[in-house]
Amino acid sequence: MAYSQKVIDKFEKTLKNPEEASVGRWKPGDKDFHRVGTGIVGAPACGDVMKLQIKCENVDNKNVIVDAKFKTYGCGSAIASSGQLIDMLKGKTIEEAQQISNQEIVDILELPAIKIHCSVLAEEAIHRAIDDFKSRRNND
Amino acid sequence: MKPLYFDYASTTPVDTRVIDKMKDCLSLDGNFGNPGSRSHAFGWQAEELVEEARFNVSNLLNCDPREIIWTSGATESDNLAIKGAANFYKEKGKHIITSKIEHKAVLDTCRQLESEGFEITYLDPDENGSISIKALQDNIRKDTTLVSLMHINNEIGVINDIEKIGDLCRENGVIFHVDAAQSAGKINIDLSSLKVDLMSFSAHKIYGPKGIGALYVRRRPRIRLQPLFHGGGQERGIRAGTLPTHQIVGMGEAFKIAMNEMVDDHEKISSHRDTLWKGLNGMEEIYVNGSVETGYPGIFNLSFNYVEGESLIMALKNIAVSSGSACTSASLEPSYVLRALGRPDELAHSSIRFSFGRFTTEDEVNSTVELVKDSVSQLREISPLWEMYQDGVDLDKIEWA
Repeated sequence: MAYSQKVIDKFEKTLKNPEEASVGRWKPGDKDFHRVGTGIVGAPACGDVMKLQIKCENVDNKNVIVDAKFKTYGCGSAIASSGQLIDMLKGKTIEEAQQISNQEIVDILELPAIKIHCSVLAEEAIHRAIDDFKSRRNND
Repeated sequence: MKPLYFDYASTTPVDTRVIDKMKDCLSLDGNFGNPGSRSHAFGWQAEELVEEARFNVSNLLNCDPREIIWTSGATESDNLAIKGAANFYKEKGKHIITSKIEHKAVLDTCRQLESEGFEITYLDPDENGSISIKALQDNIRKDTTLVSLMHINNEIGVINDIEKIGDLCRENGVIFHVDAAQSAGKINIDLSSLKVDLMSFSAHKIYGPKGIGALYVRRRPRIRLQPLFHGGGQERGIRAGTLPTHQIVGMGEAFKIAMNEMVDDHEKISSHRDTLWKGLNGMEEIYVNGSVETGYPGIFNLSFNYVEGESLIMALKNIAVSSGSACTSASLEPSYVLRALGRPDELAHSSIRFSFGRFTTEDEVNSTVELVKDSVSQLREISPLWEMYQDGVDLDKIEWA
């Protein structure tokens, strides 16, 4: 597989130091769990499952993503795409995050054409996580 | 650092003893002549070498040298055997039986024949990957002319019982073709006792060069084939084209070495597989695709559940292996072989094939054990499926998006 050095670096960093690369999870019972939105996309049978969590805080009446964590089952570029997404999310409002397109991830990681679906999965994951966060706020 | 090579089922390095022989057949000082040239010594000498190589190949397989036809490799041999027999005997019938886990060289050839009006039955293997005699018997019809089944499966190492299958085919007057690309020189093949009519071979799977192979075509009872290539009448008109002396000599030498070293090679390879399995066997959620007890030990296929195969290959960057994962294939489909065994797709995505050979060392296997263990646990650490499994979630009950 002809991956760019960027995919390889991202993948290897994630493996070597998962915590620093934001691998992890918040689970029910954790402090602030009510401020966490979770998105799970993909399917084991397709070879890709991405789980993204965002933690938001209210800053000037806007929901800002202050932290994010992920876990991904999938090929090297799926893992790199998730890590790249995380880097792009932190500090953004959920409205800004909603605007992130898969093409940005493709460009940054120089994904080969056959791996573009990995970036699409990442885009879907953020949408799901935001939807989940919003539905939780509505229930508050 | 050069990665450790564990992909011998894909191809093998050429044995240096083979290279030495090949080098003598290229330059002006060497045997560069056309083996088909009947009018001078250059041709005669080249022909002599070709016939010596033919003998070496036939000697390993215990058949008559006249039953060996040179081809460009096992793919061509499979094409020639299947299309050649199907077309020659099409007045007798147009039904062919094969299995779902054959190499693409057989499957795609059968698909082509289907488009030309032949009818193909694709047998399901049992869960270990072998073809049952009963399943074959139930599918043989009056118009069946050909059965094509592989000897050792290239992905999972399962060995078909070609002795029993051959007996059944012969009783029913059906031609039996065997793709032996993975087995020749690895396990014993005795064509004088087997009821095999056509058998495909490759040189590069057994430390010979790429681009050369052979097809065994039985003389008694005589099997006839419609040729694929037409031209100068070489190989008794069955396969036209100038014989590549250096390639043929390389294949002959490789088969000769295999004849002498097969038993030792097999013993070493078995011990490597045992070392690998002993090292990994204690891991949680790993599955053998094929059989440790009855499979060919040189091909060992494992699924590491909750870890995707391509990512594992990337993590194992210092080891050269292959995977049944969709992500490593151009089609984005997981291994059709593992699916045909009834393995769920997720286990096919998680599969890695380790294949060992003559030059594998014990040290290499030991470092592989450690690398695999570390990489699998690293990838499970970042896998949401592993997390769910640890939490006791039943993944089959989840509705995946």
